[in-house]
Amino acid sequence: MPYVEGQTIHDADSHVMELPGTITQYVDPKLRAEFAEKTARKNAILEWAQKAADLQDDPEFRAGLWRVIRFGAVQIPVMLGLALVAALALDAINTRVARLFRLIAFMPYAVPVVIGALMWGFLYSKTFGPFAGVSHLWGAGSVNFFGGNLLLVSLGNVVTWAWTGYNMIVLYSALQGLPREMYEAAVVDGASPIQVAWHVKVPAIRQAISLAAIFTVIGTMQFFNEPAILARFAPDIDAGYTPNLYAYSQAFRFGAFNYSAATSFALGLTVFVLSYAYVFITRRRAAHA
Amino acid sequence: MSTTTTTSADAPTRAAVRRAVRRAPTRPHRRAGEPGTRLAHVIMGVGMLYFAVPLVWILIAATKSQPDLLSSPALWFGHGFDLVDNLRQLFHEDGGVYGRWLVNTALYSGLSALGATALCALAGYGLARFTFPGKRFLESALLGMIMVPGTALVLPTYLLLSHIHLVNTMWAVILPSLLSPFCTYLVRVYVAESVPVELLEAARMDRAGELRIFVQVVLPMIKPVIVTVFLFTLVATWNNYFLPLVMLSDSKLYPLTVGLTTWFNTAQQEAGTRMLFNLITTGALVAIVPLIIAFLLLQRFWRSGLSSGSLK
Repeated sequence: MPYVEGQTIHDADSHVMELPGTITQYVDPKLRAEFAEKTARKNAILEWAQKAADLQDDPEFRAGLWRVIRFGAVQIPVMLGLALVAALALDAINTRVARLFRLIAFMPYAVPVVIGALMWGFLYSKTFGPFAGVSHLWGAGSVNFFGGNLLLVSLGNVVTWAWTGYNMIVLYSALQGLPREMYEAAVVDGASPIQVAWHVKVPAIRQAISLAAIFTVIGTMQFFNEPAILARFAPDIDAGYTPNLYAYSQAFRFGAFNYSAATSFALGLTVFVLSYAYVFITRRRAAHA
Repeated sequence: MSTTTTTSADAPTRAAVRRAVRRAPTRPHRRAGEPGTRLAHVIMGVGMLYFAVPLVWILIAATKSQPDLLSSPALWFGHGFDLVDNLRQLFHEDGGVYGRWLVNTALYSGLSALGATALCALAGYGLARFTFPGKRFLESALLGMIMVPGTALVLPTYLLLSHIHLVNTMWAVILPSLLSPFCTYLVRVYVAESVPVELLEAARMDRAGELRIFVQVVLPMIKPVIVTVFLFTLVATWNNYFLPLVMLSDSKLYPLTVGLTTWFNTAQQEAGTRMLFNLITTGALVAIVPLIIAFLLLQRFWRSGLSSGSLK
């Protein structure tokens, strides 16, 4: 946290103290002290805001942000789609297989993300994993899961593995909460199970789906653990690969603690405003409907 | 004549058959639908394979020595069965620091879960069953706080805690983990649905103090959500990586996630010459076993808890 002492503003970075400094130089000492005291708190906030604004001109930050948005645009629909299909399948049958599946699909949630990423890193790798060498069977070279376009897919798979089961359970619980009469009529009218699932059950749990989507978006914007771990395998993952990774390396590699705090603050504020607006609008729409 | 009688006698049956045929498509669904069932089973079969592969791999990999890890097929056992050797080596490496990480993790997550559950229960109950000035504001602020990404607060919190010299102590991990807006919200919803106001009024008529009402009347009624909240916060702290990574620099204070990754980093940097990969696989297995057991034992709680969170 920056603080004011006399005329100088102390800060972990060294390049951000011009503005209040130049103002205070020309004011008499009494006023200056008063000003310093009064603005000590405001300065912190102002500087963060200033730095948050600076971020827009930071190409590395923007590249990371854009990468995460592209990643989420593909990964989130795929994962939630899989979770929805799995939840509908669970809701349709209640056999021993279904109960076993429910348990196994949820297990990755109990595995720390870091360890999940480590396991997948080993599985992807040429020396330890079974997959990279599979293409030798048809004479091709081994697959590099850590390079080029495949890198984002590999990361997406780690996230999908970890979180599909959790979202599946959330959606499944919502499905279980639906009154049976709701779709019995459709069944009597001769609708197939798939038609019932798609036209009756899915619209009925729309709210649970959108809530799951919000939490997933919030999670994706914080993307850190998986790329941080896979960076040991994949040299393409640099210090600014995701905004959160960027914030971390700003603080602990380059010592720019306040800039990094501003980065996460800007990121958090963006996510907060967007998701709060989304919840607000959907609630209002639900209330009107 | 005979033909007419047969037709007239046939008529109702034929109509019945026609009706039955028309109704035929509905009948299978009443038995849960054969084609639907088959499809559901196929989906689940593929899913189980996908979700189980990394877990099966880690189970097998933990039984292999370093040379076996590199030479034998990834998804099958190696020449020897070295799980016991690996475990012994794991707990002796670096002066037994792994055991310390295990204890740290249990301590951090246990204390965080206890504290967070207590705070969430009190705050959730207060919001659901009391009226006070600023309540509406607090409630919408709570909803807002759920939307704030947790890791966005970590670096600002680091700056804050470094001012009061708490960085690189266990409190730097525990204190931020005590606050869980989502769990407070869960308790609030649950209390609103399951604790009748009349009951509290009756208890007050009997001159029971507010604290006694909370402990003896409310707590037993909201036990399911309390267990869910405890599990959630336990898992959240047990699995947390970013917070301890930022807050701690002394390797004796590390939890498992941070400790294992530092081992892994040295293993990668030195290409497996000093640090052995079999320790990392075994360490990863030991780190996930306690939580998986907890989840298996407490299945019905997390399921009911998740449903109360989604139904809003």
